[in-house]
Order: sequence, then C-alpha cells, then structure tokens
Amino acid sequence: MNEFVETLLDLPWQVGDPKPAYDVIIIGGGGHGLATAYYLATRHGITNVCVLDSKYIGSGNSGRNTTIIRANYGIPESVAFYQRSLQMYEDFEDETGCWIMHQTKGQVWMAHSTGTARTEQTRALMNTACGAPSDYIEPDEIKRLVPQVDLTGGGRYPVVGASYHHGGATARHDRVVWAYAQGALRAGVHIFQNTPVTGLLRDGDRVTGVQTANGTISAGVVMSAVGGNVSTVSGWADVRLPIRTHTLQAFVTNAYAHEFPAIVSSNDLVFYVSQTARGQMLIGAEYDRQASYQQGTSFAYLQACSAKSVIMFPFLSKLRILRSWAGICDISTDFSPIMGHTTAPGFLISTGWGTWGFKGIPAGGSSMAELIATGETPDLIKPFAHDRFAREVAMADPSSAGTR
Amino acid sequence: MLWVTCPNCGSRPFEEFRYGSVFPVTPDSITDADARNVDYAWMQDNIDGPTAERCFHEAGCRRWFTAYRDTRTDAWLGDPD
Repeated sequence: MNEFVETLLDLPWQVGDPKPAYDVIIIGGGGHGLATAYYLATRHGITNVCVLDSKYIGSGNSGRNTTIIRANYGIPESVAFYQRSLQMYEDFEDETGCWIMHQTKGQVWMAHSTGTARTEQTRALMNTACGAPSDYIEPDEIKRLVPQVDLTGGGRYPVVGASYHHGGATARHDRVVWAYAQGALRAGVHIFQNTPVTGLLRDGDRVTGVQTANGTISAGVVMSAVGGNVSTVSGWADVRLPIRTHTLQAFVTNAYAHEFPAIVSSNDLVFYVSQTARGQMLIGAEYDRQASYQQGTSFAYLQACSAKSVIMFPFLSKLRILRSWAGICDISTDFSPIMGHTTAPGFLISTGWGTWGFKGIPAGGSSMAELIATGETPDLIKPFAHDRFAREVAMADPSSAGTR
Repeated sequence: MLWVTCPNCGSRPFEEFRYGSVFPVTPDSITDADARNVDYAWMQDNIDGPTAERCFHEAGCRRWFTAYRDTRTDAWLGDPD
C-alpha cells in the first residue's frame, strides 16, 4: 500500500435501475457532467438528478487530458472564467475533503521571436489587469525557474522571454472526477455507467427525456456534457453546433529523477511539458489536423512532438516514451466553450471544451448548476452562450489554447 | 501515420498535405435567410463516419482533390478524385 492507494475514494454506488423520471438528466459522466450534478446537489439542494455515461466515469477526455490548470487566456471574459475555475481548484480539497494532488507550479510560456515575445508581453499585462497575475520575464529568470531549459533553443529557437503565470497548477484528473462523483452520490444523485444514451425524447422542439438501450427516462431538463461525440447528441435535438471533432495525442516518459518545477509551454514551437507526481515527463502539442473520431496515437506525432521538446529540453533525449494516448476533442470554431441554453427548450449544453476542458471543470459545473437551479444564466458564462454565433459575437481566442 | 493517395503523386505521407475540410452543407430545415448564413459561416456537420473532404497536396503537386475517409477509423474509402 502507499499514499495513492490508501487515499482512493469510496464511491457509494446506488443499486438498481434508473427511475422513470428525474428533474435533471446529465448525459456524460466526465468532469463537467459530474461537477454540475455535484453543485446541483450540494449548493442548490437539487438531488433528483441522474448522470448517464456510455462507458465508465472519466473514460473520455476527463481521463485523457494533461491536467493543466491555468487562466492566462486572451480575452477578458475567458480570463475571468478560468481564473474563477483556478481559484475553485485551489479550494477544491477543502470543499470536497478529497485529495486531488493539486499543486501550484506556475506556468512559463516561452517566446522565441520578437513577434511572439510581444504576444507574451501583451498576455502578461492583460492577464494581470483582468485578475490573473502574470509577469513578463527575461531569459535569466526563466533559467532560474526552469534550470533544464536550453536558452539557445539548439541555436534555432533562442528564448527571447516568457510570460509567467503565477497561478498555473496541476491536479490528478481522475481524482477530480471521482471526488465529484463521490460528493454527488453521497447527496443522492444517481450515476449510471455503461448506459449509452441512444436518442432524445421530443415534444415538438422541446426535449423531454432520453432513450437508452433499457428504455426511456423523462426529465425536466436534459443537459449534454458529452465530449467528442457531442454533435451526434445535439443532432437528436436538431441543435446545430460550431464544433469539429479532432484527435489530440499526448504521452509520458519514464520517470525523471530530478524535479522539473514548472509547467512550460512554447509559443512558437507549440508544445508543453510538465512533470507528473510520479516523476514522469508529460508532453503534449497540437491536435491532429484532420477531423477524426479515432482515439489512436501515431508514430508521426510522437516523433514530431519529441523532436520539438528535445530542442528546448535536451535532457529529454535520455528518457523514453512510456505511454501514449489520445482523446477526441470538441473543438469550437472560435476556440471558446459553449455553455447554457440551446435552440431546443429543455436541452442545455456544455461543450466546445476542445483541448481546454479540464481547467474549466469547477467553474463550468457550478455555473451550469446555477443556471439549471435558478433559471438565470450566471454573468460568468453569459458570453459563452450558444446564440453568440447567431449574434455574430465570436469569442475568438485561438492563441490561448496552447494548441492550433 | 496516415498516408494519402494523391491522384497525381501516388501514396505520400499525410504531413505533405493541407487538410481542406468537408463541404459545408446547411440543412434544408433551416429556411430563414439569416439563419442559413449563420449556419454556413459557423456550424459544422462534424460527420461521424464516411466523409468526402477536400485535400491540398501542399508539398507535392499543389493540386486540390477530394478524398474519402471514415472519420471513425481514419481508413480511406476508395481512391481520391
């Protein structure tokens, strides 16, 4: 036994089949779906809630991301949203009583050219002004924070400067999922695994419940918290989405014996590196260019991503790739999430989480719960409404996704 | 690794190509002219299964062609044209 095993969560699963009706049905037992159920039950006293997952909880992108929490986005509305989420993660262990291995490390976002250095200067100033403390730092400070970096970038990608986001953090992703599931189950929420939803019940435009292989369940409100397959689910309600699904790959190396203290990203090279609690180096980069629903990794990607990361961190060449995996990401057209009402009454959505969903789980879940409980869309997520596209108000923020 | 069969150059690595996306199709059920424009500009079919998509051989013959792929498996369906 060790501390990881001894602190595993006990999930008090309910016994039996789903009831014929619930106040709220949430499709998708990942972070966002379970967080919404948790906050509905704990903050708003709404416990007649059912979460359905096609496989096991956290089997989608909640268990496949690179666990980074940060708020250094490029538009004020996004900074406010992600900063709230970052602060909720800081308070998470106190609120839920569950250890999620949260660790504030700071994020260094390096620039290798004058143009991207300007981007990082702007990011630092703008983030600080919007409440997410960040500084623009010079190469000597970068070297002090991350001694492993090669400031010459192999001669080709010299480090010009970086924005340093003080609040950047990591947490164990599946512990976040389990913590929300435990809290929700204890409060009386029903969670059913291996229960794929196969269709939606409709009364005209209104969505009134879901179909599963074992029958129908009616609901006052149906919310989709589905990852890559969200277009299929929303299609059942005739809701059109500005979403294209892409594969995103990542990998870890064998354990690195020394401490790698920060989360480091490169603006020009587009990759990011951090160290897991087990000492493994966790590396990710862009999502695959072609739209795809397949969850495999490719040699070409691992090769390209390794090459980029070794340029900046030569010590990585001595390590080996231990595991690689992929998730299918709901990439929105404007690189921002979509939360709230849709064109179908009774059908709410939390989607467009692309490659940035993990960090948004607490704020996304609590905001969706508030919307369902009160009927009022919280100010925090008003800018991310589905109808922003019809209003021609895109929340375009591609440069902050850390991918492209 | 994906390999693409270019009609001019034969089988080449995917990295040589630029992904040109599928043809946007606005559903007939959307009749309002403004709503059709919004749909054309923003919305995606996001097809889960066989697709026909445009492809540009950027590092080769620099011609556009149409390729057929199953997005569930990334398997090519027949020859491009």
